[in-house]
Amino acid sequence: MATELAEPRALVVRITAEADLILVRQTLRSEAIAAGLGLVDQTKVVTAGSELARNILTYATGGRGDVRIEQVHAGERRGVRATFHDDGPGIEDIELAMRDGFSTRGSLGLGLPGSKRLVDEMTVTSARGTGTTVVIVKWKR
Amino acid sequence: MSQIVPILRIGDTLLVSLQGELDDTAVIRVEDQLTREVARTGATGTLIDVSGLSVVDSFIARVIARIVGMTRLLGSEAVVVGIQPAVAITLVELGVPMGHLDTALNAEQGLTLLRRLRANGHRAG
Repeated sequence: MATELAEPRALVVRITAEADLILVRQTLRSEAIAAGLGLVDQTKVVTAGSELARNILTYATGGRGDVRIEQVHAGERRGVRATFHDDGPGIEDIELAMRDGFSTRGSLGLGLPGSKRLVDEMTVTSARGTGTTVVIVKWKR
Repeated sequence: MSQIVPILRIGDTLLVSLQGELDDTAVIRVEDQLTREVARTGATGTLIDVSGLSVVDSFIARVIARIVGMTRLLGSEAVVVGIQPAVAITLVELGVPMGHLDTALNAEQGLTLLRRLRANGHRAG
């Protein structure tokens, strides 16, 4: 079933500095609550969002990007969706980047694979020169 | 401006309580201050209370683990107390290695654990 917007509004948070991570977490939290997610699911999607926003600061050109956060539904199901985008150099090998422990920056390498485990759906679109888009969805259970 | 996180000293134990929305700078500063306080005071134990954190991502978790490692190197024991259940579930799924940390449900049990660790040395691993 197609995933549709449950609320006409979408909240966009620009990610350009470390302090923006807090705004990303707060916005995701409030939209997850509004979509009816329980505490554990809220915590999971907020944590995944924090990882992905941090990826933008770490990897995107000039550490800049944004995230669009919105409530969605598919039939009766409600959830929250976050679309992270940056115009950075792109991910050269998505398959490799999705592997636990792989990092080009000396981190734990948990950002992408860890985030995927925390949400219900995650898609990564990236190519050299066109930046990276990561979409996550967490459904109310 | 990032938050000030106070470090309390009670006898030979230090207590730091991480709360609310901490930015990275604040977490790093706690690491720096706490390490110096352990060295300065010769505290033999540190309680790191994270009950006020509703989100712990891999960065914050990594810094907390690093703080524990550093205080141990200084001859002090450290116990992480009060991890919220939702945070614990999330950290396990995220895959952050936290199993080597000494943890307790709350500050009181943390103090009991600190006493035992001081007596026996911290557990292997």
